[in-house]
Amino acid sequence: MLDNLLSTSAVIIILVASTGLLVSRDWRWSLALCAGQYLAAFWLVSLHWPVGLAAVKLVSGWMGIAALGLTRLNFSGEDETKEKFWPRQLWFHFLLAAIVILLALAAAPRLENFLPGLGLPVIAGSLVLMGMGLLHLGITSHNLRVILGLLTILCGFEILYASVEGSILVAGLLAVINLGLALVGCYLMLAGSVEPEIDSPEGFETIV
Amino acid sequence: MSAPVIWILLPLMAAAIFLVASYRGSVAVPAALLSLLLAVLAMFVPIDTAMVFGSVSIKIAGSVQLLGRSFQFGAADGPMLALVYALSALWFFGSRAGGANRSFVPLAFAVVALLVASLAVEPFLYAALLIELAAMLTIPLIMDSSSSGERLNRPSNRGPLRFIIYQTLAMPLILFSGWMLSGVEASPGDLALTSQSGILLGLGFAFLLAIFPLYSWIPMMAENASPYTLGFTLWLLPTFALLLALGFLDRFAWLRTSTGLIDAIRLAGMVLVVSGGWLCVFQRHLGRMLAFAAIAETGLAVVAVSLNSFLSLDLVFLLFIPRGIELGVWALGISVLKINSGSLEFRSCQGLARTHPIACSAVILSHLSLAGLPLLAGFPSRLALWEQLAQVSLDLAFWLLMGLIGIFIGAGRTISAFLMAPEFQPWQLNETRHQVILLCVGMGVLLMLGIFPQVLQLFMDKLHFLFEHLVQLPAML
Repeated sequence: MLDNLLSTSAVIIILVASTGLLVSRDWRWSLALCAGQYLAAFWLVSLHWPVGLAAVKLVSGWMGIAALGLTRLNFSGEDETKEKFWPRQLWFHFLLAAIVILLALAAAPRLENFLPGLGLPVIAGSLVLMGMGLLHLGITSHNLRVILGLLTILCGFEILYASVEGSILVAGLLAVINLGLALVGCYLMLAGSVEPEIDSPEGFETIV
Repeated sequence: MSAPVIWILLPLMAAAIFLVASYRGSVAVPAALLSLLLAVLAMFVPIDTAMVFGSVSIKIAGSVQLLGRSFQFGAADGPMLALVYALSALWFFGSRAGGANRSFVPLAFAVVALLVASLAVEPFLYAALLIELAAMLTIPLIMDSSSSGERLNRPSNRGPLRFIIYQTLAMPLILFSGWMLSGVEASPGDLALTSQSGILLGLGFAFLLAIFPLYSWIPMMAENASPYTLGFTLWLLPTFALLLALGFLDRFAWLRTSTGLIDAIRLAGMVLVVSGGWLCVFQRHLGRMLAFAAIAETGLAVVAVSLNSFLSLDLVFLLFIPRGIELGVWALGISVLKINSGSLEFRSCQGLARTHPIACSAVILSHLSLAGLPLLAGFPSRLALWEQLAQVSLDLAFWLLMGLIGIFIGAGRTISAFLMAPEFQPWQLNETRHQVILLCVGMGVLLMLGIFPQVLQLFMDKLHFLFEHLVQLPAML
């Protein structure tokens, strides 16, 4: 009973956090909401994995977010450039989020028939995260937000995959990938600020 | 000492050391020598077989356990390891002449080691995770050499961003479809499960192999990244992605026997060949030309996989070996041109044949080799593929020819750009000695492999034993 309640709470956290991540314009809020997603994912993964192993996902996810936050802290000014293709209105993003959530929640019971024993909250949470992550990728080309979208998709996938695959190696590699993606995000943000050092070929001291 | 320690852990540790050492000076030569040593060891030291020297017996164990799973190399893996490390050594040797960034060699070494690990990991499905890790390491490799721009959201980030998105989306799709495929093996009559897993797997490989239209990141990166690092990426990642695809075909019998899936693979490959080939025709940028030719080349390998006979394995490996050399020589050639002309746009490269004859010759020769010109390295594989494809369908053989004609026309346009020199421009040799030697050796190898393709037999004889079920397929389709 308590497990059910907590699982449902985790799904609600996922719904709120992923929707918030989509509509949020402030990078601090975005990172905090992403951290919330990892917390909910940790609970859903711990239904199938030992808590110690599930905590790997939480720790690696939070470490990645901390790295992104520390990097983003170095930049001031506009949060993101104008993305003119998609309307930036709040309600438009809410509408898109509602569509994805409805689709995910409608598909969850069917998938439960296909993957018996996983539980509806695990499947629903996973599908919502993957759907919202894909939506996020579809409407932004901003470095930080793209990486957050990818992390959201991976987070959703990990919830589902944890219930069918219990390998420690996979858990470790996925944690490294999460952390690596966050570091790639940091790198992409920083890359433009440093002039590349080039290994000069013979006869060429500087190369522009 | 076990084989995974020698060919995975040792290179990873070496990459870390090279990364630190790269701030003190060039590490290209030590890395190339180490890579060559690993290649020689892989070629001549049998894995998992005792070697007796008088009263002393030495055996390199084939597997090592890590977190409950094993990394395993068999005797059949030796030639593949030798090939990968030998070709990597060529790329490392050329890195300095190609003006690659200081971090190119250590990062590239780590990428190679991770991709080699993807060959060894058991269950083989986890290779998708290691390929994703390698793809992530490729980002600094490419970005380090790109031109500077805005601090945030600079336009040159778009290609790498799209690249990492596609590679990251591929990984879950492949992992999940792999899990579903084991269910299909248990209940082969479940058509819904079969089609769902087939679709997921197809999507995963479409992202991983940059199947049309998911290759937009390649020309995007070609405009900003160093041609040398881009060439390295375009050589290595699709090669290992195709090996993973072959692994799937080898392990799951229903994939081999599913005619619908095989037809879809063939169509995807053919679309890559034709679109890549004909997009070459319209390019005015040497980097983008290389990118589209590499896309077409990947398409050829995908078509070879779809032939689904034991000959398809030979064809895939026959394409792999020249591909590494063609892309290497081409990338080195245009890197030299970029260093000197500052841009790879045709208008900046006009008349370069007079001032950089060796680099221009290397670019042209490797381009023509990729187009399948006789007497060059790419010709034997294309001829064999064409012959096999003609037995399946003459239409497909025609479209393959059309794709190659597209690449050939692209080569013609490049030649004309190189030759558009002012009337009294004198002939000069502006390449450095190091560049001349490497480019000439590369061109020599391209010619040698075209004239004496049987040299490749040294590797080919053993390579197809990597896939024990595919090698048993009948020759006739």
